[in-house]
Amino acid sequence: MDELQKTCLYDKHVALGAKMSPFGGFMMPIEYSSIIDEHNAVRENVGMFDVSHMGEIFVTGKDATVFVNHIFTNDIIGVPAGKILYGMMLYSDGGVVDDLLVYRMDDADHWLLVVNAANIAKDYDWIMQQAKGYEVDIDNASSRYGQIALQGPSAEMIATKVLGMAVADLTFYTFKIVDWQGNEVIASRTGYTGEDGFEFYASSEVICHMWDMLLNEGHVTPCGLGCRDTLRFESGLPLYGHELSNEISPIMAGLGMFVKIDKAEFIGKEAVARQKAEGTAKKLVGIELMDKAIPRAGYVVEHDGNEIGIVTTGYHTITTDRSVCLALVDSAYAALDTEVDVRIRKKTFKGIVVKKRFYDKKYKK
Amino acid sequence: MAKTIEGLFYSESHEWIKVEGEYGYIGISDHAQEAMGNIVYVDMPEEDDEVAQGEDFGAVESVKAASDLISPVSGTVVEVNEALGDTPELLNQNAYDNWIIKVKISNPAELDNLMDATAYEEYCKNEQH
Repeated sequence: MDELQKTCLYDKHVALGAKMSPFGGFMMPIEYSSIIDEHNAVRENVGMFDVSHMGEIFVTGKDATVFVNHIFTNDIIGVPAGKILYGMMLYSDGGVVDDLLVYRMDDADHWLLVVNAANIAKDYDWIMQQAKGYEVDIDNASSRYGQIALQGPSAEMIATKVLGMAVADLTFYTFKIVDWQGNEVIASRTGYTGEDGFEFYASSEVICHMWDMLLNEGHVTPCGLGCRDTLRFESGLPLYGHELSNEISPIMAGLGMFVKIDKAEFIGKEAVARQKAEGTAKKLVGIELMDKAIPRAGYVVEHDGNEIGIVTTGYHTITTDRSVCLALVDSAYAALDTEVDVRIRKKTFKGIVVKKRFYDKKYKK
Repeated sequence: MAKTIEGLFYSESHEWIKVEGEYGYIGISDHAQEAMGNIVYVDMPEEDDEVAQGEDFGAVESVKAASDLISPVSGTVVEVNEALGDTPELLNQNAYDNWIIKVKISNPAELDNLMDATAYEEYCKNEQH
């Protein structure tokens, strides 16, 4: 195992007394005060996350647009500068290399790919391998960028009043490059919490300065990865390695809307087109338990005593107070209202298949 | 700094037991609740269930994860703390006022395998490194 990396904000997390734990190859804050308080701060007011562990890979060059469209499931042709698309990079069998955000940086062929921390090296290698024959420059800039996610209904007020950024005009999944105190910041109206909010990308020094400014203001709650996971889970957002993987395709995960099989071509197209047409043996579903017991990742889902699936993420949800999970089950049991059992330690608990979204997202349209 | 209470016995898996005659009240230590964070569910056995020293009898669940409860003694469950069903966060508020199960101890000699408060404090210090 490689040595754990630290983000530019590491010392600040330690000084705040955060519980630190390895995540995606980085030593990251899991919680500062309490996961529940931090979760509620994001739902009701505003919280900030150090997400500097995320990876930034720039693709430029004459063939950049064609190339990104070749490795990405969503369709970037005709997308204007300042727009962001979510999608996946696939293997040819439809398994997922990673899920990512793609930013069109300008009207020329200049793209930013934002990838999961744990997958940076794998993604970079994959992209480099696929780039043979294309006239592209690929720059893994991950170590040069820090990132703060400012999330919650008060995020716009804080960004404009405290940081003094003119970002109120951004709608969800758009961004702009802001001159902030003489520094370049990518200000993006995105997030992973189901709330309105922003993600700011800049150099380590600028990110440290921004963090201090937000913290000193006093109304922004520092939030760890613990509540980042409970927030994204409630909102039905997938986490690579749980709801998407080299074995769980976007079609199985119910994310077909981000896979444009009408595109001329992309890696994995034949496999996912077949899955869309013929269906898949397994599907990702939501399951709600009738009991307070908590279904956790890895627990077995049963029907009449037979194993039919595995829990991918589960919690007793904080905002909606339900014992729910996402689970990959045999498609025969994937219809809404199907009765299933979840094995928790020595007992089984009755559950029913429900919608995968346990909280309605509050994005800025 | 996590608290300990004199007069209780402690296990390496961070349960405590308070002995009153032939009965014992079992809970989790302040150190354990602090390490777990927000406790949202306690999976408890039923009255008349048998428990055995070193074996699990339920679990305490934080937002993030489940931790098995390991019995510090062998015996029979005579009462479970029903209040934890609706308010599991009592364990965060005061880990020593809120016992989880009361057992009839079948083999008091097993208490010799447990630590006193001083030894447990030392054990927690060493465990952190």
